[in-house]
Amino acid sequence: MSPSVDWAALLPQIFLGGGSLVMLTLGTLVRKRAPWWLPNVLGIGLTLAAFGSVVWQWVRVQDPSRGAFSTIAGTVQIDGFAVFLSGVVVIAALLALVFAPFSIRRAGLPPEEFSVLLLLSAAGGVTLASANDLIVLFLGLEVLSIAAYVLAALDLRRAGSQEAGLKYFVLGAFASAFFLYGAALIYGAAGSTKLDSVAAALAAGAGSNARGMLLAGFALLLVGLFFKVAAVPFHAWTPDVYEGAPSPAVAYMAAGVKAAGFAALLRLFAGTFSASSADWRPAVAVVAVITVLAGSALGVISGDVRRLLAYSSIGHAGFILVGLESAGANGTSASLLYLGVYAFMALGSFAVVMVMGRDASGSQPLAAYDGLARRSPWLALGFTLLLLAQAGLPFTTGFWAKFEVIGAAVQSRTYWLAAVSMLGAVVAAFVYLRLVVRMYLVRPGADGDALASQKSGVGLADDSRSGDEDSDSRPPVAVPRSVGFVVAVCAAVTLFFGVWPAPLLNLAGDATLAVLGG
Amino acid sequence: MAVAVFSVCAVIIVAGALGVIIFRNPVHSALSLVASLFGVAVLFLTLDAHFLGVVQVVVYAGAIVVLFLFVIMLLGVDRAESLRTEPIGGQRPVALAVGVGVLVLALLFMVGFDGLGVRQGDFPALDSCTGLPVGASESPLALECPDGTEQASNIRQIAAGVFGDYVWAFQLTGLLLTISVVGAVALARRPRRQPDGAEQAH
Repeated sequence: MSPSVDWAALLPQIFLGGGSLVMLTLGTLVRKRAPWWLPNVLGIGLTLAAFGSVVWQWVRVQDPSRGAFSTIAGTVQIDGFAVFLSGVVVIAALLALVFAPFSIRRAGLPPEEFSVLLLLSAAGGVTLASANDLIVLFLGLEVLSIAAYVLAALDLRRAGSQEAGLKYFVLGAFASAFFLYGAALIYGAAGSTKLDSVAAALAAGAGSNARGMLLAGFALLLVGLFFKVAAVPFHAWTPDVYEGAPSPAVAYMAAGVKAAGFAALLRLFAGTFSASSADWRPAVAVVAVITVLAGSALGVISGDVRRLLAYSSIGHAGFILVGLESAGANGTSASLLYLGVYAFMALGSFAVVMVMGRDASGSQPLAAYDGLARRSPWLALGFTLLLLAQAGLPFTTGFWAKFEVIGAAVQSRTYWLAAVSMLGAVVAAFVYLRLVVRMYLVRPGADGDALASQKSGVGLADDSRSGDEDSDSRPPVAVPRSVGFVVAVCAAVTLFFGVWPAPLLNLAGDATLAVLGG
Repeated sequence: MAVAVFSVCAVIIVAGALGVIIFRNPVHSALSLVASLFGVAVLFLTLDAHFLGVVQVVVYAGAIVVLFLFVIMLLGVDRAESLRTEPIGGQRPVALAVGVGVLVLALLFMVGFDGLGVRQGDFPALDSCTGLPVGASESPLALECPDGTEQASNIRQIAAGVFGDYVWAFQLTGLLLTISVVGAVALARRPRRQPDGAEQAH
């Protein structure tokens, strides 16, 4: 009865989860306090090892003679889809760890707990991406989320961070309950928690005599996962959490947690429940449209850069849902492409937001970016590139992501969804261009934005000693090398694959979703 | 035999219960509650309620009383006792030696087990109903399976599930609990005023 374990399938979790537990144990055994950078360096090493094993898994899965496989009594499934999203989660954790030292030092975050929790959360994300059982899926989701709640509240000296952690925790626990209820109903309707058995049961018409139970299960699972990926109307926590939580944690949430949440959504709905796609597609379509439009519109009226990026991440979630709605292999690979591409944009953007600091009230008004191009031209250039990519400008990866997602909607003949998404993209472009204009054209003090002008001139992190309105005497923003490296990598990826998208498109196309038996 | 076990357990239970209300130190009270609950667990075992007995130990003695201890110790944190004083001389080296010895014995047992020619794939197939090796005729509890064989006790079935089909979920649950402990400790700790080497916080 003891199930066979293919350890190769678990390598990323062994490095991330096991490695962080070893770090934790050693940290309590060693009497002398370790230097503050040691946990960070160890964490980077572990994520690199995990990334290496993900690459190795990718090669193995793509090898036609071996292919996708499942292990541990069929509860873990390693297919292209799982490996791709594991890679996204691991990259998010890696880059967040690379630029975290700045925040750890400035805000006095506990370095060891930060690294350990980030690694454990990433282990949960990888588990979620490769789960083939509703129970394992739920546990992966909880490992991912609970570590993220603590990360959000880790800046113990700032009340905003505590508020973010509490809000995230309460609403996230609420969402988990929805998910669990839905999973129980699906188990009742299909007679198994194994996703392949559920898929087979649905294809054989298992839901026909318990249709109410099945539909309620779909609805509850969707609500629970919409909370996790911040889709409207389940997005209320996002702006507050993104504003209050430490920036490296926010970057990881936007890139990694979102990718893992979509891993569950895509695996369940595009994969397992594809036989009854007529039941859930309308709901996903409505939520996708509301999310795209609301994310863009609320971004327009927000006066804080962190909140603006939070609304932008909501809008991006809407576009990824458009890919899910088309319920086919094309839509899934478009969503995967979007997730991979958005991870880099979000990581780079939040690295920039981190060095720009907070004002006395803990926020970051748009006015902080006035004339940034004169003070720190390279930082402004990198941020501009990342913002334009989020707007979906051609020759950036953001364009190809939106193109593929909308193309999938057109292919599945939901033309109205494609049209509304494009409208949302135009509105969102205004949000990003407004910030770009501020960096290049607006002189500090000469304010064009009524909302931000009330807050302008409040001393920010690195220029608190300079006065309010004097235009160019503010010193350039101090950019540590680690942050510069992350922004440069993210901008380079965004630009390079924007000009030459073929490898990325092939990668997302190869990341197929398999429904395997145990 | 049953009378002997019952009388020993009864003494432990009653003495533990008395200890809870007599001891002045709250930690000692909590520990004697553990002793009392252990006695109850043994009584459950003698009544053939194996699962209940184990759950009694795991849930009450393990989780709830440890929670009591946590609360008591957190409340009395101001008079922390020094870990350097050793009430019993030389107990730490002995504890280390015993721990290493147990580990070595366990490893030897595993290696010896392997050396006997039993490998993972060689474990006998287990019956889906009884959880016993196919063909075994042990009868801890006689419940009938559809095919006429006897059903296994609860513990066997639960163990077959936890270490069989759901072993990965089981491990993940452990990881989840670890994370919640790490998170609770990280958040409950008082923030350091001056982080070492930190720049002036704005």
